[in-house]
Amino acid sequence: MKNSKGSLKANLEDVSLLSWDFRTIRDIAGPLLVVEGVEGVAYGEIVEIHLAGGETRTGQVLESAEGYAVVQVFEGSAGIDADKTSVRFLAEVAKIDVSTEMLGRVLNGRGMPIDGGPPVIPESRLDVAGAPINPCSRQQPADFIQTGISAIDGLNTLVRGQKLPIFSGSGLPANELCAQIIRQAKVKSGEEFAVVFAAMGITHREASFFRRDFEKSGTLEKVVFFLNLANDPTIERILTPRCALTVAEYLAFEQDMQVLVVLTDMTNYCEALREISTAREEVPGRRGYPGYMYTDLATIYERAGRVKGKQGSITQLMILTMPDDDITHPIPDLTGYITEGQIVLSRQLHRRGLFPPIDVLPCLSRLMNLGIGVGKTREDHRNVADQLYASYAQGRDLRRLVSIIGEEALGETDRKYLEFADRFEQNYLSQGSEDREIAKTMDVAWDLLAGLPVDELKRIKKEYLAAYLPKEETAAVAGSSSGPGE
Amino acid sequence: MIEGTISRITGPVVEAKGMFGSRMYDITKVGDIGLVGEIIKLRKDIAVIQVYEDTSGLKVGESVTSEELSLAVELGPGLLTSIYDGIQRPLPIISEKFGVFIPKGSSVGALDPEREWHFTPTVAVGDKVGPGDIIGTVRESGSIIHKIMVPNDRQGKISGIKAGDYNIDEAVGALSDGLPLFMRQAWPVRKPRPYKRKLDPEIPLVTGQRIFDTLFPIPKGGSAIIPGGFGTGKTVTEQTLAKWADADIIVYVGCGERGNEMTEVLTEFPELVDPKSGAPLMDRTVLIANTSNMPVAAREASVYTGITIAEYYRDMGYDVALMADSTSRWGEALREVSGRLEEMPGEEGYPAYLATRLANFYERAGRVVAVGADDRIGSVTVVGAVSPPGGDFSEPMTQNSLRISGAFWALDTNLAHRRHFPAVNWINSYSLYLDSIQEYYSNNVSGDYGRLRQETMEVLQREAELQEIVQLIGPDALPESERALLETARMLREDFLQQFAFHEVDAFCPLAKQLAMLNVIITFHQSSMEAIRRGVTLSQITELPLKARISRMKEIANDKAVDELKSLAGEITAALVEIEVL
Repeated sequence: MKNSKGSLKANLEDVSLLSWDFRTIRDIAGPLLVVEGVEGVAYGEIVEIHLAGGETRTGQVLESAEGYAVVQVFEGSAGIDADKTSVRFLAEVAKIDVSTEMLGRVLNGRGMPIDGGPPVIPESRLDVAGAPINPCSRQQPADFIQTGISAIDGLNTLVRGQKLPIFSGSGLPANELCAQIIRQAKVKSGEEFAVVFAAMGITHREASFFRRDFEKSGTLEKVVFFLNLANDPTIERILTPRCALTVAEYLAFEQDMQVLVVLTDMTNYCEALREISTAREEVPGRRGYPGYMYTDLATIYERAGRVKGKQGSITQLMILTMPDDDITHPIPDLTGYITEGQIVLSRQLHRRGLFPPIDVLPCLSRLMNLGIGVGKTREDHRNVADQLYASYAQGRDLRRLVSIIGEEALGETDRKYLEFADRFEQNYLSQGSEDREIAKTMDVAWDLLAGLPVDELKRIKKEYLAAYLPKEETAAVAGSSSGPGE
Repeated sequence: MIEGTISRITGPVVEAKGMFGSRMYDITKVGDIGLVGEIIKLRKDIAVIQVYEDTSGLKVGESVTSEELSLAVELGPGLLTSIYDGIQRPLPIISEKFGVFIPKGSSVGALDPEREWHFTPTVAVGDKVGPGDIIGTVRESGSIIHKIMVPNDRQGKISGIKAGDYNIDEAVGALSDGLPLFMRQAWPVRKPRPYKRKLDPEIPLVTGQRIFDTLFPIPKGGSAIIPGGFGTGKTVTEQTLAKWADADIIVYVGCGERGNEMTEVLTEFPELVDPKSGAPLMDRTVLIANTSNMPVAAREASVYTGITIAEYYRDMGYDVALMADSTSRWGEALREVSGRLEEMPGEEGYPAYLATRLANFYERAGRVVAVGADDRIGSVTVVGAVSPPGGDFSEPMTQNSLRISGAFWALDTNLAHRRHFPAVNWINSYSLYLDSIQEYYSNNVSGDYGRLRQETMEVLQREAELQEIVQLIGPDALPESERALLETARMLREDFLQQFAFHEVDAFCPLAKQLAMLNVIITFHQSSMEAIRRGVTLSQITELPLKARISRMKEIANDKAVDELKSLAGEITAALVEIEVL
């Protein structure tokens, strides 16, 4: 905040001729002010609030009517009085200065530098709300991103231009997973990613974890850091992802860069949204979140993708914490309806010491088919993924059964499924910090599948079975168990 | 024209004063840049307007004008292969004119005024025509003939008509009242297009999807809902239906969903071939895309825009299928606007009139005799996806849609997790059209249909009961016959119900093949039951190599399938009879 004053003032001088000062605050409720006697105020207009002590805060018009306007204050209303505080309407909607120089900089939640460096010299000044991408101008995502993580590459493939959230629970290593993805993400053509990182309400410890990780991997110069920490103003979080995505859009669609946007933690963003909604006394939807939360989240998440005629792309990774690990909670629920799949972390796998603790059954990548197959990964990828899913699901079902009736009561084939599920978790899911090539991921998968009777591999085309199923092992497994293999 | 000024702005809802004389649902231009809005409430001279575009930057005091027209769609040749936003603005033109992003206040006509169409008259000078009568035809796309109809408020003698190339602004003829006839007409979206009478829907809409056609069919003119949590495959199902359903025209409404999904349709459909006509699928498709990040109020309009276009093609005598993905987003748009109007909320914040609006929408589906002298029969089938929060079907959108739709295809998260697609739950789903369709199948496909379906449902139902026991005591505790039934049920699930939407053969399964496949499994079931009664053990049966052939049934080429499956069924009966009791 304090560091940002310089550029705020510069800002002020630009617009002071057009702006209007009012000292007519009627009501203050939560983060909202009602200012009277105003005229010609625009919906969404940005305001400056000057407190008696000389402090300046920023706000935005939420409702404009004849004679009054409702303003939300990003830094909160503590210390604002109705008598001496003045409100200045800046006659423009929320905008941010953007520049390629922002790479390597640390900014606050509204895009003001807080790293002690010089102000950013703007190359352009853009509306943070953005405009919807015309569905006709979108280019279908098609490039496989190798994250080096089997559970993602093999089963829930990430594609350039996709938006994929990580559904985490408190205490689960979502940050570590996310950092590993950023570190290892690469595409075939070898282009590097620029990272736009938006932190909303995360702790200082979490923020410095990411920063250290970027430093260690030498990528800090390619990162734009937006920091709204847990102790920063709550309402400012409403702007943070929008500022970050505006910068990302500039880098991707004006400067032809491949941009990876990381938004963490979306749960904090939604809490801020609820706070404002409650202060406005709106009719609440589920669990007190506003009814328009779906639309609001969509205006953030949909700012990912590729567009025709531009080289750049925006890939979004968001982290959100499921309150009480509940995937039906409105935040993960609405997110899942907008994003192109989800990666779900499991507390149970985490407790067993597996990393990454990805519970693949509820995971999904909707764009997977666009990024895999001949020329991208391998021809058998789709079939193998389907087979792994079906077999693992069966193994998990049997585990439940075994806990009741005991393993002895199972048939030969069922026991193989059980063993498959265990090996799948140990060898395929769990990989620690290893950066696994996609070919290696596929090999591990075929090794696992070789442990099942060939007849059970219904999801795989015959020619792939012939080409990829490890020959000796089939024989060995069939021989050792003398089962009805072939 | 009525002119007023903005007096209040909150999100997509704007109030304007000085609007005396306005009517409900009139279209207005809001603000100096002319955002499109619709009047949804009147109070003295104040009009409350829902604005179909982003309102940020709009100021109190800016002007509002009304042309005193309701929100209408333009109907005429050129609709097919188009992609529109919720209020029928052509997105490709907007993209050409304004670039990647959709700017505010862009106004573009729905139909291309430059494009010329070859018009062939079907009436002659002196013929008497009335509302809905066809006066000529235009080849609109590779497979579809667009029939030019007399607008519903016109009649008289043809005083002039001529074949030739016309654009939509040129008159193709005139009536004796001296007024010209055009190829295009307009229709207000909220008003259902009239028809002579409604017929009972009894001809199935063949989708090529086994779970729908065989177990839960819908007829042309029926309505179905597909509720499901995220990731259960609502959109894939809607798109599969849009690809393979044997309708003449598809109207696909992407309402508040993902942008990339619309791109997928736009990329895929021109490449895919309609199995019926051999023309690209795009030739029979109209797309309405109002993605989730586009203004919320236009979402509400998009389903009406879609169904009005569907009704227009119905009136030409076509079978039209409308896919609405997802109706929940439309419901949410209603809720948001209702909230801004400070109306008393009903259940979960939805307005109390939600049920009425839904009923009015779904009732626009149907098989009808169209207006016009030749008694054309056309139909509109509506398939609406529902996205219940948390996958909980007890929420208002699902429940209210359930009451008025004829088929319920419940998607199941557990099935989706184990990659059983389409993830339709066979225990919870139902179709109310079964009786009439059963008759059609029996007369046109196979007399066995009723029996096969009945048997299938019984096995599946029995499996669900047995699974509960298995969960407690394990499968080995069951008698042989019940374990054999579980084996059949597994076959039904894996080898029949599962269908891979992207497989070159399996994506579309003809009706005859569906029933032949089912016949194989049911034959296997009955023969194995018979064998077990003789004292054969289940393991003897499961060792039969025939099982592998059953599991590859889906991959048999569609044209050879019926014969091959018939002989397979014969072999199964023979093989099971031959097993000797140990």
